[in-house]
Amino acid sequence: MSAATLPLGPPRPRLGPVVVSVGVLMVAAFGSLVLGPAGVDPWRAIVEVLDHIPLVSLDSGLSSQEAAIVWQIRVPRLVLAGLVGATLAGSGAAYQGVFRNPLADPYLLGVAAGAGLGATIAIVSGLPTSTIPPLAFTGAVVAVVAAFGLASLGGSRRSGATLILSGVAVAAFFTAMQTYLQQQHADTIRQVFSWILGRLGTTGWGDVRTLVPYAVVSWLVLFAYRRHLDVMAVGEEEASTLGIDPVRVRLMVVAGATLGAAAAVAVSGLIAFVGIIVPHIVRLATGPSHRVLLPVSLTGGAAFLMTADLVARTVQSGGELPIGVVTAFVGAPFFAFILATRREVSA
Amino acid sequence: MTGVSCRGVTARYNGATVLSGVDLAVRPGEWLVVVGPNGAGKTTLLRALAGVIPAGGDIVLGDQKLNQMRRREVAARVAVVPQTPVVPDGVTVFDYVMLGRTPYIPYWGMEGPADRQRVTTVLERLDLLSFAGRTVSSLSGGERQRAVLARALAQDASILLLDEPTTALDLGHQQQVLELVDGLRREAGLVVISTLHDLTFAAQFGDRVLLLVAGEVIAEGRPGQVLRAEVVSEHFGATVEVIERPDGPVVLPVRTRG
Ligand SMILES: Nc1ncnc2c1ncn2[C@@H]1O[C@H](COP(=O)(O)OP(=O)(O)OP(=O)(O)O)[C@@H](O)[C@H]1O
Ligand SMILES: [Mg+2]
Repeated sequence: MSAATLPLGPPRPRLGPVVVSVGVLMVAAFGSLVLGPAGVDPWRAIVEVLDHIPLVSLDSGLSSQEAAIVWQIRVPRLVLAGLVGATLAGSGAAYQGVFRNPLADPYLLGVAAGAGLGATIAIVSGLPTSTIPPLAFTGAVVAVVAAFGLASLGGSRRSGATLILSGVAVAAFFTAMQTYLQQQHADTIRQVFSWILGRLGTTGWGDVRTLVPYAVVSWLVLFAYRRHLDVMAVGEEEASTLGIDPVRVRLMVVAGATLGAAAAVAVSGLIAFVGIIVPHIVRLATGPSHRVLLPVSLTGGAAFLMTADLVARTVQSGGELPIGVVTAFVGAPFFAFILATRREVSA
Repeated sequence: MTGVSCRGVTARYNGATVLSGVDLAVRPGEWLVVVGPNGAGKTTLLRALAGVIPAGGDIVLGDQKLNQMRRREVAARVAVVPQTPVVPDGVTVFDYVMLGRTPYIPYWGMEGPADRQRVTTVLERLDLLSFAGRTVSSLSGGERQRAVLARALAQDASILLLDEPTTALDLGHQQQVLELVDGLRREAGLVVISTLHDLTFAAQFGDRVLLLVAGEVIAEGRPGQVLRAEVVSEHFGATVEVIERPDGPVVLPVRTRG
């Protein structure tokens, strides 16, 4: 038997999960577009969106107020949900890969604690709300840089475990500072909590425009390192005998993931759980290769958060649930269900 | 062709010296077997030669100093079969062996048909084709060890560092794997440096044997010179009988009681 004639191909990139996740994403986007308290005609809402495609000119027949609800409120909000969900899920997949740790999520190295401190500083000092995102972003980045700095005190070639522990220390410290500030300014607790529980902006396209560049750079960096992440699956020492510099890959992947997660958190607060459950669910369908795992985590994360947001704003008449509550409330049982019913991977 | 030579190699973990001044030289096509009791520093020596731990002294691969080479260049020259390889979750044997092609894949690129062909050839050679689509974690210990060796062979390196490559294999597969490595090093002029706990195999396959004890080279030379009964009992604390045969000494453990 000659090797050249063997039917053995490369394991083909499985298109199934990609197609399914894009389908789910489209359903979620469609639902977010047509459902809402304002009772806009679904068909006309779709025509209204198509009208905004360049070179397409259609008349939706919506009143200018209804048109504004669709184009200035619903569409930017669902796009923002998609961007935030995709970025958190992609960053989570990357963190899990680079640290070979299923518990890793985008907040692992202090993004959440740093952003929380930044946002709390803005809130308790009575700064305008427009300063919350930049301060939250800065806090997140400072926390991760501090974690890296702390980890490299004992030499820059320290292992991923040292970095994780440094992140834990930094996060604890930042959280303590935040709690202290919060306790000193009890009158702002509601506002701080509402930020912590996460919310998707109601500021039209502004948040989307802010987030897009960071999100796209983050996705591109992570996607560029997808093969390196696959090599890192055999651990740092073996990866390095295969010609990969694990320290450099870790630095680049963490930088890319942190950039995206920090920007997402800055505009939307601390939305829990997306970055950890979406990549796990996707991995059960796609297998561990980051070539498929990363893109499907992006589409899956977008679909998940759009759906969660739809639930958040429709389930309770006359008010919205915080999105972070919905992601955990829906996500945790769903995840438990998946884990309990999946077949043990055997082949 | 690339030989390996090193002088005065030292290594320490947390201040404790594990290798103190190891010298060795291995020519292309030659097989050096490193033997020694548990904790002697054999694995550490191989890790130093692969450049994954900082080591003192000079290590030269071919005409280049190890510490002046880039990781990719080292990986294209040195392939390692670790003593306890990491088993990645959910990765197929094919994808796992493909990792060996990493030094040849452009930094931002993906593997091509030539890489897939090479992986297929190696899998065929190690009787692993029927396992190609299985996950590495689902293989038996011996099948897994062959998959690790396959990954190292796919690396097309001229220096093979094998750390106990046969511990999980049955007798037939031990012989088969050692014969395969023996054939490759003869036909392709590979440098093979391996550790082997089975001293009889060490004698049969090694051109030379190096006895390492507590980080120092105690003896080095042809198998018959190094593997003498009194040397083995002194350094391994074992009671053995060494039977001379034309293909090398057979080291036979004997019971002193019962
Ligand atoms: N990462 C480490 N940190 C501290 N000490 C270590 C480390 N790795 C190995 N050692 C110690 O260094 C010594 C040499 O270890 P090494 O693994 O090289 O031994 P070995 O000859 O390969 O043994 P074996 O036959 O059991 O595989 C041992 O005493 C071991 O405990
Ligand atoms: Mg060892």
